[in-house]
Amino acid sequence: MKNRMMKLTVAAIAAASMTPMFAVAAESEDPIQVIDNNWSSQKVLARVAKLMLDQIGYNTELVTLDTQSQFAAMGTGDAHLQMEVWEGSMNASFMKEVEAGRMIDGGSHQATTREEWWYPDYVEELCPGLPDYTALNDCAELLSTPETSPSARYLSGPAEWHPEDVERIEALGLDVVIVNAGSADALFGELKSAAARKEPIILFNWAPNWVGAAYPGKFIEFPRRDADNKCVTDPSWGINPDMANDCGAAVGGYLKKGLWAGFADKYPCANDLISNIDFTGPMIDAAAAMVDVDGLDHDAAAAKWIESNQEVADSWVPECAA
Amino acid sequence: MNTSTPVVKQSGALPAKRNLIYLVLVAVIIIAGILAKGQFAWVAKYPRKWVIPLKDWITDFFEWLVYGVTFFKGQSYEFVPTDITRGMIKVFEYQLSFTDGIFFDGFRIGVDPLPWITVVGLMAILGHWVAGWRMAMIAGGSFLYLSMFSVWRPAMDTFSLVLLTVPLVFTIGLLLAIRMSKSLRAERFITPFFDLMQAMPPFAYMVPIVVLFGIGDVPAMLAVSVFAVPPVARCILLGLKTVPNEVIEAGEMAGCTPRQMLWRVKVPTSRSTVLVGLNQGIMQTLAMIVLASLIGASGLGNELLNSLQTLKLGKALEQGLAIVVIAVALDRLSAAYAHKPKQYIDQSLPWMAKHKHLVFAAAFVIASIVLAWLVPALRVLPKEWPLTTAPMWDAGVDWVLLNWYDNVQGFRNFVLIDILIPIKKFMLSIPWPTFIGLVVLLGYRLGGWKLSLAVGLMISFPLLTGLWKETMITIYMIGSAAVFCIVVGFPIGLIASKNERLSRYIILTCDFFQTFPSFIYLIPVIMLFKVSDISAIIAVLAFALVPMIRYTNLGFRNVPFSIREAAIQQGATRWQQLRKVELPLAAPEIMLGINQVIFMALFMVAITALIGTQDLGSEINRARTGNKTGRALVAGLCIAFLGMISDRLIKAWRKQHSYRQENHD
Repeated sequence: MKNRMMKLTVAAIAAASMTPMFAVAAESEDPIQVIDNNWSSQKVLARVAKLMLDQIGYNTELVTLDTQSQFAAMGTGDAHLQMEVWEGSMNASFMKEVEAGRMIDGGSHQATTREEWWYPDYVEELCPGLPDYTALNDCAELLSTPETSPSARYLSGPAEWHPEDVERIEALGLDVVIVNAGSADALFGELKSAAARKEPIILFNWAPNWVGAAYPGKFIEFPRRDADNKCVTDPSWGINPDMANDCGAAVGGYLKKGLWAGFADKYPCANDLISNIDFTGPMIDAAAAMVDVDGLDHDAAAAKWIESNQEVADSWVPECAA
Repeated sequence: MNTSTPVVKQSGALPAKRNLIYLVLVAVIIIAGILAKGQFAWVAKYPRKWVIPLKDWITDFFEWLVYGVTFFKGQSYEFVPTDITRGMIKVFEYQLSFTDGIFFDGFRIGVDPLPWITVVGLMAILGHWVAGWRMAMIAGGSFLYLSMFSVWRPAMDTFSLVLLTVPLVFTIGLLLAIRMSKSLRAERFITPFFDLMQAMPPFAYMVPIVVLFGIGDVPAMLAVSVFAVPPVARCILLGLKTVPNEVIEAGEMAGCTPRQMLWRVKVPTSRSTVLVGLNQGIMQTLAMIVLASLIGASGLGNELLNSLQTLKLGKALEQGLAIVVIAVALDRLSAAYAHKPKQYIDQSLPWMAKHKHLVFAAAFVIASIVLAWLVPALRVLPKEWPLTTAPMWDAGVDWVLLNWYDNVQGFRNFVLIDILIPIKKFMLSIPWPTFIGLVVLLGYRLGGWKLSLAVGLMISFPLLTGLWKETMITIYMIGSAAVFCIVVGFPIGLIASKNERLSRYIILTCDFFQTFPSFIYLIPVIMLFKVSDISAIIAVLAFALVPMIRYTNLGFRNVPFSIREAAIQQGATRWQQLRKVELPLAAPEIMLGINQVIFMALFMVAITALIGTQDLGSEINRARTGNKTGRALVAGLCIAFLGMISDRLIKAWRKQHSYRQENHD
């Protein structure tokens, strides 16, 4: 509220002095609804975008949504901006809206994402062959639980996140049983418990993610996926000549910004700003660490991030607002 | 009664013969199923091409409704359906911005929200007005807790939402109940919808609500209403129907118009039942707060989910407790108000003296605001305010993890590998014609052909819509959880019924668990039991155990003292008393408890999907990705039908049973 008051006065002064600085004041005054999810990096990035939109004269509001409902909300224009669209877990829902013409792709960040089998560092001491995937078979008994024994247990995310895992296990001849957790909370709840007792565990994880800061660990290295994705489309590619999916997940998955389809028409200058915003991997890590490691709240972290990256932030401000 | 004569007359021979026929039928169905399974592929696995694509139809319908259709195209008054739904949202948004303004957001014109000291004091005054000093302590103390444990802002956010939702729920409930009390046709029409709304997990109808109404506090309010209206309306309807005839006759003699009869006679007479309805509305609303935050409701629910996401269990627990505290305060206040005797005040007194509480409250508001203006800590507590129990809880969880983990594993592995997995395999191996056949037969046995037709249709629904496997896994999960609940809950309820002091603690614990957000159990359960079916079942247990204890307690307490005395005089041992006398008399209530257990467990199915299951709950969870309206609703309907089947069967059993009892008397 106070923010908004201040902004109004600033806008009023600007209007009175007739400086062209707040050219965007002529655009819609309806607030831009910025989506606020429930993990640190996204929360800080959303607030960075919000602060920058505020600075160039827009009204903005944060709207809390989970990753499931947000795409419908952006499709109908109830929410307008998502700063982190992940390739691995959100591609299908995102593309559905994009193809229906209800959302547009707001461009990729430089930061890439990786979603892969992962283990906390102490597992390496118990199973020294890691991170190479062949170690999974050597340590199968060690990585098993009574209900999967003698096969190793791999704790994956919800089944629809990575359906290719089933085929990968067969194609690479792994002695592994998949157990599907229903949510990220479940995944990391088990990790927390296992790490407290240094129990061996292999689970699904992604980067950038706060988990890396709290529990250092590594991704398992499967055979590298080729650039043309032949590994998935052509069975003869790779070490198993008869089956596809004999490789790991893509290493550099995209991290995009997602916009409501009507965004560019209604808020043209904001659209320019959002297309310019481009976070690198280290920038995102730093933003998340301000919350997860330094204990700042999300608003303070966003303000501090802009302050300490002022040059970068300035370079994102488009001409229409300069 | 005419129909009862033959049963009484031939009570010896006929039932035995009848039971034999049923036994033979059961055997035939089972054997035929097993034989047919080997013969025909369509028995072993229901063919995909026979599946009715109902979910695609529903999804297409919503696509059309939201994005496709425009009414009166080209006219000046053309509109799309979402214009209507969005218009409704706008209406409520205005009200919400007002309560939000008072409690936590302030107003744009520069007015701050009420200081915490004012709200705490007002609640205490309200408590005193309703039921004296004790209530003042409870209400004021609850809100003091909220302010002291740094959850004030989200708590007030939630409180403001509750303050608006509860009257909405109550009004809709009251109007529906009045409509239903006036015409049997209306009651018959609305009741199935209520059954469905109560048995369907809220997750399932959240997707269509998002598509139609959007996201945020107001759509969340609507989702809560869908969940909370039926019990409220049912309660009020019960009150209106049980108004004594003499009272109505008196009203008629006094020449009441129908309107006067309703508002001056029936509603005031059933005041306490109507207010129990209000009470239900409050409890149901708070029970839904965490789920509502999944579609954009801000406040405690949202904060709690955020804490869980980063595994800050202690903090999540404090936020969960805050929800319980609000629930308890409002529950006690409304319950006390329901029982508040009407006070007759001397009309000759001056206005000030007649409205002491109001005057005092107004004076307090002014004084406290001035005070808070002088002392900022009374307005908003400083951020570094040290009171938090979170580290203690976190340490507690870590301790349990380190010290209990190994002991728990033996139990976990035994139950999982030697009990649960075999049951699951067995359930999945039952041919579908056998299962449907047995359900139909049971329906016939308990309630005749009408019931058997109803349950037969309902159990066929998952088969026809292609969700048979998920449904069987759901039945396995729910069934196992229900057995656990009975095994654990029955003795606790029994003990509670025999011991006054213990009973009070047990009931208190039950109250707590009923409003404590079930999301919080998920993480500790996973930490101890890993992602597996047993985790899901234990999470269900924590929530569904409550009704088992409550109803068992109630059942044994309601056994008439004279009957117990008679049994003792006849020289029955304690064990005989319990088994031969008390248990049969308490059985109807206990069955009602089991019925509730099943409903609660079905409610939890959608939530335990977050642990990781392969049942209908995970089907709904999957549908929420990408907002597949049809998929969510069809899976929701399957769950609702399971609940309704068990409800119908248990009610029929009770009817038969209490009928027999009457005959024995």
